Amino acid sequence: LWVWPPGCSVLDEAFQRYRDLLFSSRSWQPPEPARKQHAPEKSSLVILVGTPGCNELPSLESGENYTLTINDDHCFLLSETVWGALRGLETFSQLVWRSPEGAFFINKTEIEDFPRFPHRGLLLDTSRHYLPLTSILDTLDVMAYNKFNVFHWHLVDDSSFPYDSFTFPELTRKGSYDPATHIYTAQDVKEVIEYARLRGIRVLAEFDTPGHTLSWGPGVPGLLTPCYSGSHPTGTFGPVNPILNTTYEFMSAFFLEVSSVFPDFYLHLGGDEVDFTCWKSNPDIQAFMKKQGFGNDFKQLESFYIQTLLSIVSAYDKGYVVWQEVFDNKVKVRPDTIIQVWREETPVHYTKEMELITRAGFRALLSAPWYLNHITYGPDWSEIYMVEPLDFKGESGELCLRTRGGWAGWLISPCFFVSSCRRGVQAQPLNVGYCEQEFEET
Amino acid sequence: VWSIAQNSPNLFHTKCSVFSSNYLDVIRARSSCFAFPGRYYDYIFDFNKSQLGPAKRNSAVELKQLLVSVVLEPECDLYPSITSDESYTLAVEGPVAFLKANRVWGVLRGLETFSQLIYQDSYGTFTVNESNIIDSPRFPHRGILIDTARHFLPIKTILKTLDAMAFNKFNVLHWHIVDDQSFPYQSVAFPELSNKGSYSLSHVYTPNDVRTVIEYARLRGIRVIPEFDSPGHTQSWGKGQKNLLTPCYNGPKQSGTFGPINPILNSTYCFLSQFFKEVSTVFPDQFVHLGGDEVEFTCWESNPEVIAFMKKKGFGRDFQRLQSFYIQKLLGIVSTVNKGAIVWQEVFDDHAKLNPGTVVQVWKNEMYPVTQAAVTAAGFPVILSAPWYLDWISYGQDWRNYYKVDPLDFDGSQEQKKLVIGGEACLWGEYVDATNLTPRLWPRASAVGERLWSQQNIKDLEDAYDRLTIHRCRMARRGIAAEPLFTGYCNF
Repeated sequence: LWVWPPGCSVLDEAFQRYRDLLFSSRSWQPPEPARKQHAPEKSSLVILVGTPGCNELPSLESGENYTLTINDDHCFLLSETVWGALRGLETFSQLVWRSPEGAFFINKTEIEDFPRFPHRGLLLDTSRHYLPLTSILDTLDVMAYNKFNVFHWHLVDDSSFPYDSFTFPELTRKGSYDPATHIYTAQDVKEVIEYARLRGIRVLAEFDTPGHTLSWGPGVPGLLTPCYSGSHPTGTFGPVNPILNTTYEFMSAFFLEVSSVFPDFYLHLGGDEVDFTCWKSNPDIQAFMKKQGFGNDFKQLESFYIQTLLSIVSAYDKGYVVWQEVFDNKVKVRPDTIIQVWREETPVHYTKEMELITRAGFRALLSAPWYLNHITYGPDWSEIYMVEPLDFKGESGELCLRTRGGWAGWLISPCFFVSSCRRGVQAQPLNVGYCEQEFEET
Repeated sequence: VWSIAQNSPNLFHTKCSVFSSNYLDVIRARSSCFAFPGRYYDYIFDFNKSQLGPAKRNSAVELKQLLVSVVLEPECDLYPSITSDESYTLAVEGPVAFLKANRVWGVLRGLETFSQLIYQDSYGTFTVNESNIIDSPRFPHRGILIDTARHFLPIKTILKTLDAMAFNKFNVLHWHIVDDQSFPYQSVAFPELSNKGSYSLSHVYTPNDVRTVIEYARLRGIRVIPEFDSPGHTQSWGKGQKNLLTPCYNGPKQSGTFGPINPILNSTYCFLSQFFKEVSTVFPDQFVHLGGDEVEFTCWESNPEVIAFMKKKGFGRDFQRLQSFYIQKLLGIVSTVNKGAIVWQEVFDDHAKLNPGTVVQVWKNEMYPVTQAAVTAAGFPVILSAPWYLDWISYGQDWRNYYKVDPLDFDGSQEQKKLVIGGEACLWGEYVDATNLTPRLWPRASAVGERLWSQQNIKDLEDAYDRLTIHRCRMARRGIAAEPLFTGYCNF
């Protein structure tokens, strides 16, 4: 491989990886005895990158276009950015095949490629179950094989708080499953971010509030709303308490840390499934609602919280992504907010939700039909594949989504799972069949 | 403990015995052939993060020895069978723990229980509560079905599964080894079967591989029952054995496709004789599973020679009679080689004449208690699988449904209920291979394991949940990638 510009860490590391994936002996079946082949021999793939930006981070606006030209005279990969080169290298690695005699081949190729959508993400939940660092890094590898470019890290939730905060160490000490073993240190987080960057993957961190925060309570007394039964506190807690100044002081300090630790422009602030019952039961909150003139409309209280949080985060020069409830509950958000659609049927069918969000001028992320944790018997991958993200009423121009045709459908060709086997990825079978080299547990 | 022992010991004693070091002296009494399985040392003491307990609790007595005694002829060099005695008693008190069993099979079950009783206290000291356990299984046939035809399973995966089965006191590996899609079993008498029928030459189980599995299983008290399913589910057999399958017809001409095994040719039975003769020597278990499920009649219906044969035999258009004719001849072959037979329920439903002692495996979910009643009323033993198709995954805690099943919940006499010899959790392989087998099987199959071992009144789901989450982490610690039941974590 010969590359311009030289000495680019993103590309150098990528070459190592792809060389190993393609040419190491464990990747392929042993060859049969050789027979002379008649085909022009290629000794190098030339890679030319226009504006490298090797030491930068990928962003929502990053271009990922590339062209790949393989013929008798030429063998090169051209891209404007280093991210495009990564995508092209992945494609290149999938085109290379090996004859039974052991020679490596690539067919004449003329590819012009770019992603249809600029945000292609995978969400992992490290709160319900702690995921060891190796699992996260392995996942980033597989994401790169599948040209995903956003790792949505749902770090904390009700169940546990594994994020090791330096501003509020008690959060982790009291909130993690086990502060000695089930945490992500600053070093771990750095490692994930860099590992992702080298694969052109953005890390979108989510700190979900005001709901889904039970694990925050033990480490920050007074943060969560105490629930009441009549006039007595029950001892249980609800969402973040939106009426106290201390709450916003905490959020300011906490999100200052988060903004500095996670370099992507966007932060995911959650905002989903806020249960109002605890708020309703609390007399101080009732008094606050009265004072603010919210009446009995707790959506307004939720709005009040979210808006304050959003301005805190904007002050740190971050953009934000929120779950759809924030939009559904009519919280006033900045025009460049991204809304993530996750609910399939309520309050409306997700296609209708996409229509409403985009008509209101916001950018949308679609997740509703892609909840992979909802397992079922059989080849459910086909329903996942058949989803058409733009299948709703609206003009294409409203979306942060390119609508030009020609997307890389070959990505999910029936042969794809074969190459997964070969790369030692624990990708489960789509249907009956076999891999030349089966996955072996170590 | 998973599965709960028969006399449900009260584990809330305050008296504990501790181990002073990572060593337990095991004395073997009265059995020279029995070798203490070293792996149990690792299971008990191998904690990566364990510290040797420096602080001994004052009230604790040190446990110095595990005394193992086999009362009767241990049967060390034999293969386990449906009549094997798996009972044991385990008394932990003072400086000696006493594990007593009639046979070596009981010792294996007792060792597993013992290994589950030991825990590390907050100082890291290995501790065990005083216990007095008298235990034996409720059902003698507690199996797992694996399917190596829809996807080839590497030997390592099969051996791992046997390990996990031992942790859950399963004692039968039902090896559904061949089917339509592939024929990975390498036959000595008919090498072309796997040469032409396997997915590839490296997707094959050699005689050595098979021997490895059988011995690995035996050392865990697990029987290996192979299933060579016929006359349906045999597409892959036809690749290497010409004229075995029925040629289908399109009107007067052959269509080029094939159906079930051809039941009208003498050559078929000549082949089956030789084949099952080999199978009977390769697989030492008393029983062989002959399949007999889901036979499609359309191909037979299309074939003029089959039609002529039916006429000659006086079967009319009743293809169930042709199916039964085949099965009966096959059963005859199998009894000639001195094996017992297990069949899927269709063989019984479609009125084949079965030799007494033929075991019927009930797998169809619709009204399976009715099927159980019918089969046992006719006097045949039953293996229940219908509610335990673990390949049917869904979102949430489906282990609870498996746990709630009562295998004897059908209308029948005491005699009939005695004929239910146990059950099998089935993991069909359409969507399963080495990448996802272990998490898909465990710990969901564990629910089936306890249901088959423990007494009927062990039904409390909340208690089961608490114990199963611990057991799941235990399996994970022992190298079995068992998936979580719900949110939480493992302590290592």
